[in-house]
Amino acid sequence: MTGYLSLTIILFSLAAFYVGRSAATRFAVAGDRLAVHSRPIYHGAFAAIWVGLPALVLVLVWLLFQDGVVRTLVVQSLPPSLTEGASSSQISLFVSEIRNVAAGRIFAEPRPEIAAAAERYASWTVLANWAMVVVALCMMALALFLARVRISPRYRARQSFERALDIIMISSAALAILVTFGIIVSLTYEAIQFFRLVPPTEFFFGLNWEPQIAIRADQVAGTGAFGAVPVFTGTLLIAAIALIVAIPVGLLSAIYLVEFANRRVRGIVKPILEILAGVPTVVYGFFAVLTVAPAVRQTGSLFGIAISPNSALVAGGVMGIMIIPFISSLADDALKAVPQSMRDGSLALGATPAETITKVLVPAALPGIMGGILLAASRAIGETMIVVMAAGLTANLTANPLEGVTTVTVQIVTLLIGDTAFDNPKTLSAFALGLVLFVVTLCLNVAALKIVQRYREKYE
Amino acid sequence: MIEPTTTTRAAARIDWNSGTARSLRKKRYAADRRLRFYGIAAISIAVLLLGILLTSLVSTGYLAFVQTHVTMDVAIDPEQVPVDNPAEGNYRAIVADAVQRLFPDIDGRSELRNAVGIVTNGAQVMLRNQVISDPSLIGKTFSIQVPVSDPYDQLYKDVIDRDLPENRRRLNDEQIALFETLEDRGLIEAKANWALLFNADSRFPELAGLAGAIVGSFYALLLCFVISFPVGIAAAIYLEEFAPKNRWTDLIEVNINNLAAVPSIIFGLLGLAVFIQVFGLPRSAPLVGGLVLALMTLPTIIIVTRNSLKAVPPSIREAALGIGASRHEVILHHLLPLAIPGILTGTIIGMAQALGETAPLLLIGMNAFLTSPPGGIMEPATSLPTQIFIWADSPERGFVSRTSAAILVLLGFLILMNAIAIYLRSKLERKW
Repeated sequence: MTGYLSLTIILFSLAAFYVGRSAATRFAVAGDRLAVHSRPIYHGAFAAIWVGLPALVLVLVWLLFQDGVVRTLVVQSLPPSLTEGASSSQISLFVSEIRNVAAGRIFAEPRPEIAAAAERYASWTVLANWAMVVVALCMMALALFLARVRISPRYRARQSFERALDIIMISSAALAILVTFGIIVSLTYEAIQFFRLVPPTEFFFGLNWEPQIAIRADQVAGTGAFGAVPVFTGTLLIAAIALIVAIPVGLLSAIYLVEFANRRVRGIVKPILEILAGVPTVVYGFFAVLTVAPAVRQTGSLFGIAISPNSALVAGGVMGIMIIPFISSLADDALKAVPQSMRDGSLALGATPAETITKVLVPAALPGIMGGILLAASRAIGETMIVVMAAGLTANLTANPLEGVTTVTVQIVTLLIGDTAFDNPKTLSAFALGLVLFVVTLCLNVAALKIVQRYREKYE
Repeated sequence: MIEPTTTTRAAARIDWNSGTARSLRKKRYAADRRLRFYGIAAISIAVLLLGILLTSLVSTGYLAFVQTHVTMDVAIDPEQVPVDNPAEGNYRAIVADAVQRLFPDIDGRSELRNAVGIVTNGAQVMLRNQVISDPSLIGKTFSIQVPVSDPYDQLYKDVIDRDLPENRRRLNDEQIALFETLEDRGLIEAKANWALLFNADSRFPELAGLAGAIVGSFYALLLCFVISFPVGIAAAIYLEEFAPKNRWTDLIEVNINNLAAVPSIIFGLLGLAVFIQVFGLPRSAPLVGGLVLALMTLPTIIIVTRNSLKAVPPSIREAALGIGASRHEVILHHLLPLAIPGILTGTIIGMAQALGETAPLLLIGMNAFLTSPPGGIMEPATSLPTQIFIWADSPERGFVSRTSAAILVLLGFLILMNAIAIYLRSKLERKW
């Protein structure tokens, strides 16, 4: 349905383009060429864009809101015997049942109220779809008519077309802001819901994290404790291990590549490091489980040390491998940005290349390198798949890298997989964790970007 | 203050060939060599780790590109399969009979159960589909090749060691003996495992394939491209060419750079809270996945487009403006065509990143267990990376090599996309 409608809109726009262009061509042929303000192609483009764009926006907005509106109407139409005193999760259960029945996925004979509601749901959806088609078609016809009326030799079709382009461009740029805005609003909203149920002091200072509470009455589960401190320390522990692995390797390889290696070595090694950056994180996660964890455990048992199967060491170490190319390429950029004159000056005074690097280049490039490390830290804190697969699930307040710890991202994933009801502290706590994660990474990113920017300006 | 003359005299007194000067020099040169060595060691470590990563994937994954099959004769008895309704036949019994014919000399229920266990559980479904598509087979006896079930597949590939004591193996001596008689009669054959690419997911490793995941990833990526490419270019043109320089545009600039570094899981939370909760879009659908990936890819495309526009020499802009083109015409007729190779390259690399993205898709539920590929962007689906995650979590031994194989398939797609990007860059990029 939507596909055909989009196709219709495109065809309509093409038709409008043709109408506009041929009208303008007729003026040009009939009258004085110079009297026509815009070239015929602009008359066509003007008609096409004003016919197609509003219709497209209408369809998009309609599709986004249609289901929500129909759902609300159907829920309101349910008999009060069902909805009275029902919690929001029960309502959402009704809705999904109604949807299933309406889509023909019937597993058992539905209750008559549900069946009736499903019928209403199906018929209203069809109605809404047809209403959308009719409204879109009327809008396009009206737009085409208005555009055709406007087209005249003196009409400034190019300006009008360019105005439409401006609107498209500005709204596209606004979308980028809207995304951040959407992240902040949705996370904050759900986090506030969470803090209504669990006091922030418990969340930020509590030492006990056991969020697997019963959502339905018949589930066996913990009593629920939402002290996130062990989750935060676990995240920091794994990120720290990752940085301890990645910083020396990344920094030293960048130094070698920029200052010592010849062009051929650079041409081979840089792409190899980029491959490390291009490997999806789920692959690193599987690698950690398949190869690294057994190897580390065997090494441990060789020395008589018991290492947990999902130790922080494994997760952090593999995450470190992932971050190496990140640090190396940012350090590479920072070192390259140091002016050649500083390098030459130091060498001319008789310093060896190594002395030049450690005493002149690295100090000069330090802000850039620090910015890179901050960005890498933000990456490590927000990395998800490696820790979901290789790190533990239980929150453990420890600094011992051989034990299993959990992280913010692991908790978000485990809390949200499978559960959809948003009215209990368990699922809502994932959003509180997400908000903390967003704020922390935001601070790291902005600080890093500011440092790098200032550093770049210094040498430009 | 030391007078200049004394310094020169002091400098002149240094004996560069004295023992201390020599050993000092030696130390400094040694420090230089050490730094070089550390650099080489660091690079070697990185390369070695990449090597270990790829070797461990290939060494476990290559096994899954081959599947062990057994050949057997099946007789479609018209009494078991009604001619007018072949879908209703008792194919389970037909398969059991066929296995019984493979082993004429066994009797006893437990032995027969062992023997039937050699053949995949999906054999009856495969047979059923074959008969439905060709009803003339009813009443005939013909030979078919079906996959053997996972433990025997592992046995044939020598993943299960036949010399281990019986209680530490997944197959007992009796089961192995049955299988070995088939091997001796030449009925067992390893064939290329096309099912890995053309089957959807299954609970049985020998039947599980990536078709559903590939289709799901394709839909999500297509949607991601359709949204993020035009929107990203439009936003970049505005920011680069039209936006005034003030605090607001600085804010947008910081915002976009930050968005490019926001953890992907945050986008998953956004998709869950906004697209699924507020707008009521279907869970697990490639539609939501594509939207989330589009929002993630948008900053990448904006940044790449701005850099490509910046790289076009100002003389072109000035020449076009000089002969009377409007600012929009300068962009549409000159800047954008010249910048498009760079934009395309960056976009393909951004798409490759989106293809490997897992965490946000997990949160919006694209990790469902589905035995058929999605029919459209509104239907539940998985994607390649989430399928890898599902398989990595499965306990069956056969899924280990299948996970590695799925990763190799995913890496294959990524290499292909990056190769296209590199080719485009070398072919189309202009040096000014």
